Amino acid sequence: MSKFTGVRGRVWFKALTGQASSMPGDPHSVLIADAPIGEDKARFLCVVPDPDGRFPCARRGEVGLEEAYTLAARVREAIDADKDSAKRPIIAIVDVKSQAYGRREETAGIHLAAAAAADAYATARFAGHPVIALIVGQAISGGFLTHGYQANRLLAFDDDGVLIHAMHKEPAARITRRTVAQLEKLAETVTPLSYNVRDYAKLGLLYKLLHVSNAEHPNAEDVSLVRQEVSAAIQDARKASPDLSNRIESEAARVVRRASRLARARLEEQWNH
Amino acid sequence: MSSPIFSREYLQRCSFIELNARERAKSLFDPGTGRELAEPFDRIESPWLAIQGVTPQADDGCIVMRGTIGGNKATVIAFNGPFQGGGIGEVSGAKLTAALDLACRDNEKGSQTSAVLLLETGGVRLQEANLGLAAVAEIISSIIALRRYAPVISVIAGPVGCFGGMSLAAGVSSYIVMTPEGRLGLNGPEVIEEESGVEEFDASDRSLIWSIFGGQQRYEQGLADVLVNDDTDRMVNTVRELIAKGVPAVHRSEQVDLYRSRIAALDPSTQWEPKQLHSWPSWSAGSLARPTSRSEGPATGNKEKEQ
Repeated sequence: MSKFTGVRGRVWFKALTGQASSMPGDPHSVLIADAPIGEDKARFLCVVPDPDGRFPCARRGEVGLEEAYTLAARVREAIDADKDSAKRPIIAIVDVKSQAYGRREETAGIHLAAAAAADAYATARFAGHPVIALIVGQAISGGFLTHGYQANRLLAFDDDGVLIHAMHKEPAARITRRTVAQLEKLAETVTPLSYNVRDYAKLGLLYKLLHVSNAEHPNAEDVSLVRQEVSAAIQDARKASPDLSNRIESEAARVVRRASRLARARLEEQWNH
Repeated sequence: MSSPIFSREYLQRCSFIELNARERAKSLFDPGTGRELAEPFDRIESPWLAIQGVTPQADDGCIVMRGTIGGNKATVIAFNGPFQGGGIGEVSGAKLTAALDLACRDNEKGSQTSAVLLLETGGVRLQEANLGLAAVAEIISSIIALRRYAPVISVIAGPVGCFGGMSLAAGVSSYIVMTPEGRLGLNGPEVIEEESGVEEFDASDRSLIWSIFGGQQRYEQGLADVLVNDDTDRMVNTVRELIAKGVPAVHRSEQVDLYRSRIAALDPSTQWEPKQLHSWPSWSAGSLARPTSRSEGPATGNKEKEQ
């Protein structure tokens, strides 16, 4: 696991857009730029740490109130701007430690901020924008639900520093009354518990695992490969349904998510008797 | 404070909170119309629990029913708080998503069908971690697809409340109904205490918890649409009226500029008294109405848009 969450986010944002700045009036923890990729001009969004951020519980790469509302506002800005024209791809570069765990956040209703961001991404997807999540580092829990998990296509690096999960290992072990070692052992056979991105890929949710030589200091080839793959995902998303059905129709999902598919099938049979 | 606690009305009411998930769902339908789908005899259980030494449940803690509410077609999806804290697992999540998608399909065919979510959930079921989280993402997407056609109503009655990823599902709903015994938030008090320390949140401080997450507070600060006392008749009437009311002109989670400006106006250098947020800056600016009605039925809904 990377000790420096957010380093990768900034590195890849810069590699793909040529810049690493916030838009005027936005917090410094949210990088946003419109930049070319393939034949398209896409909107890139990334949450990064800002040690000087206004909210103390959202300074280390967490998605807090300001981050979530900024993502929501900037995604909606793109939707509005493209209302009567070609829908630009929206690319979430994901390296988020988690949602912000703070009293201020809860008092002010961070669940609504997170919902507003998820809403904006989903609305963009339903409006015909290809929404791609490029997971370069951590994608944890509410942070990932807020930023990335509404994408048409999920891409992740096949790399030890990539961590996609509902909860970090230590608290998850504590809450389920296990030791970390027990949890790790169990995760070898219970695929959805695993912290390994290759196991995550077996769930059928990912569009593709990408192999880069160095995820923290990418070379020109790495960047060019990622550009190609993101472009390919954009093209693929444009041809497909705007919902998330690909995550349950994929080959891997047909194996691992059998129970989900059975529940769906049963409800469909019984819906009209 | 004027009426005694044990008033006649209080004693004669039928508690909604004391009903189990199946009874809650059933109570909302017009008599005789509620029909359960993928019921326990279908035995669609979680495939992940037994291998971890946890006893699965034949409905996976999620009850799906169809029928009519006030003469309108509706599906009700209820989570069973006592089973795994109402946690979203692969199957319970898939049942909810499928019901939303089938309702959406009916709407697309011209047959309006609303959805009511009875949320009693701590969020993702950690024994199914990544499949639970993935299910929540799909639930959010399916709510957003459905609410274009028909209202999606989230009811948070208590006692578990609605936390974790499912608070986002509530957040994207058309309407949120709470009782004073309901709680709504992304991170529960224990999680905050564990992650950020007891100075940040003392999870043993009950009054602090209720002052932040409680139904009364969420209603007063405009994050819930209706506050209903724990009474089944009132709950039924409220849900009925919201379904009849239809899709709001704008959903709360679409009002990004409004809520973003409220956050911008807050001073985060100290912790806030939750009551301060009853009159957030844009309200005190004078142009916006404060919430007024409570428990007598669906109130003003998303007040902001009415201005």
